[in-house]
Amino acid sequence: MTDALLSVKNLYKHFDISGGLLDQISFSAGRLHRRRTLVKAVNNISFDLQAGETFSVVGESGCGKSTLGRTIMGLYPPNAGEIHYSGNRIDNLDHKRLLPYRKKMQMVFQDPYASLNPRKTIRQALEAPLRYHNPNLSNSEVKDRIDEVMIQVGSDPQWISRMPHEFSGGQRQRISIARALVVDPDFIVADEPISALDVSIQAQILNLMMDLQQQRNLAYLFVAHDLSVVEHLSDRVGVMYLGSMCELSEAGILFENPRHPYTQALMSAIPKLEGGPSEHIRLKGEVPTPINLPSGCVFHGRCPYANARCTAENPQLLSLEDGRQVACHGVEEGRF
Amino acid sequence: MSSIRSYIRANGMTSLLEVKDLVIKFALRTGEVTATNGVSFTLEKGERLGLVGESGAGKSVTGFSIINLISKPGYIASGEVNFLGEDLARVSDERIRSIRGNRISMIFQDPMMTLNPVLTIGTQMTETLHQHNPQMSKAEARAIALDKLRKVYIPSPEKRLGQYPHEFSGGMRQRIIIAIALLTDPELIIADEPTTALDVTIQAEIMELLMELCETEDMGLILITHDLAVVAQVTQNIAVMYAGSVVEKGPTAQVVADPQHPYTQGLIAALPQSSGHGERLNQIPGMMPTLKNIPPGCSFNPRCPHVMEVCKQQVPSLRSGKNSNLAACHLYPPEKDNPSAR
Repeated sequence: MTDALLSVKNLYKHFDISGGLLDQISFSAGRLHRRRTLVKAVNNISFDLQAGETFSVVGESGCGKSTLGRTIMGLYPPNAGEIHYSGNRIDNLDHKRLLPYRKKMQMVFQDPYASLNPRKTIRQALEAPLRYHNPNLSNSEVKDRIDEVMIQVGSDPQWISRMPHEFSGGQRQRISIARALVVDPDFIVADEPISALDVSIQAQILNLMMDLQQQRNLAYLFVAHDLSVVEHLSDRVGVMYLGSMCELSEAGILFENPRHPYTQALMSAIPKLEGGPSEHIRLKGEVPTPINLPSGCVFHGRCPYANARCTAENPQLLSLEDGRQVACHGVEEGRF
Repeated sequence: MSSIRSYIRANGMTSLLEVKDLVIKFALRTGEVTATNGVSFTLEKGERLGLVGESGAGKSVTGFSIINLISKPGYIASGEVNFLGEDLARVSDERIRSIRGNRISMIFQDPMMTLNPVLTIGTQMTETLHQHNPQMSKAEARAIALDKLRKVYIPSPEKRLGQYPHEFSGGMRQRIIIAIALLTDPELIIADEPTTALDVTIQAEIMELLMELCETEDMGLILITHDLAVVAQVTQNIAVMYAGSVVEKGPTAQVVADPQHPYTQGLIAALPQSSGHGERLNQIPGMMPTLKNIPPGCSFNPRCPHVMEVCKQQVPSLRSGKNSNLAACHLYPPEKDNPSAR
């Protein structure tokens, strides 16, 4: 456990959306009430990430996968739980003591059009994080480092005086990756890094990410909804539904034989290239809001196997003999 | 016009839609660019066709052109769009308005953008009906709207008619868009990336619904998307577009299993499903040219692994590959007669 690069323990992230004090106050039955509305985006998530490993978090929109990535990066303060990085707890550090870890953890965002400042040249975009984290570097050292990462991501170092609008989506995503790499991180959170790109460009960026991982022994937390991409490049995969982790396993095992009913439904919906229309598992109803989480298992309202225990008791992740963890009463009891 | 139609009927040719050598240009201040360069395909009654390509390939503009939705500075420079024998590229505005949204419906990507947020679903549905049939009574329009909502499996449609778009989830909104498209019992539906904004489980439901409706209502479907796997699930035939031209077309299963054009081959090989776990993906080098710098000859030649001298000079016509797919590629011997009629 202690040798994990990143260790997330019982992480919670809730957002208060109740607004100002006056919005919260209501008057009923002769009394004033103050009511808060919380979006419970991430609930009791725990996992470990080893150095050089790719761990993917999948799930549908609104399941909390991006919030999880951002909370780990320290972009949101967690409400409860702990985040450990190379053995040290980092979620309670102040800004100054967090700095050395920030340098080791970087992020690549989904939209390469939005994540590069349109009024700054590529050089400025790459120099800013480098100089911030390494104030003692000389100008020539900075230049060398930038040239090096530009070459590594397959871009021409001569382009650095250009502006972002002069580049295509794929090139911009290469530059976003270069910006993350310039401070020499060990760990990158990639939040849907290829979903804004075309298929032939997706392959280029995925290859680049895999090459860089080998060269630099990078660990990735890959947040994605494209399951065929996740299957391809992940070592382990966590499936999230409504803020909870419902199944966590080695990628091959998970895609071969999903056990949690939600994972089964999700996998059956992946369109396949060959074999014509496939029978997908239809789920009843829709994803509930994360404001009023269902009691018991968050999936029970849509689960074809739910029983009384599922509506009352929240299932915990349980390790099976093949190494995977599943949070499901039905699997635990061997009902299906 | 009627003589053409009777000719087609007499000869048993009931092609629903026949797009012939369609050239769409955009007259920009900096010069003219060609968005599609001689696109041809045919759609039979009740047929489902996938129009696949990457962004900028011209697939959406082809879809829009069918119902004459190209606005300035774009225009149809040449070619025909024959809908049951009538060339929609040439008809009057009035005539196209009676076809668009009536006999040919369109479904767009983002259901929140297509629905008016300040009108109820019921108003938006009956409005469409009254537009195409001003004599229809309110009760009649409401009955049709309810019927279509049931067809797309909206629970308790009576209650839903009085609700606003924001009260529906993304998947439900797309169902309503489909219900609106169905209102006038169209013969053809053009769906432009209908599930790109949706999650996979909802995508699977919407695609299943579209397929079912095409079969029960005997509707044709043109599915415009970048997602080959979705097209493989839903359509019978496929046309792959690259830089404004159709580079390959044929039966979907055969195009996916045994692609003939090097671009289609590269596109399918680039999918993660085509490589083993953790292996490098087969990437196509470079990127698609912008419309302003389409290279001479075959537009794919700078990225093609099989490029020959002739590719840099001559635009290849569609011809049979090693199977019955048609591919626009100099690797295969050209056919003497014009194969664009399929």
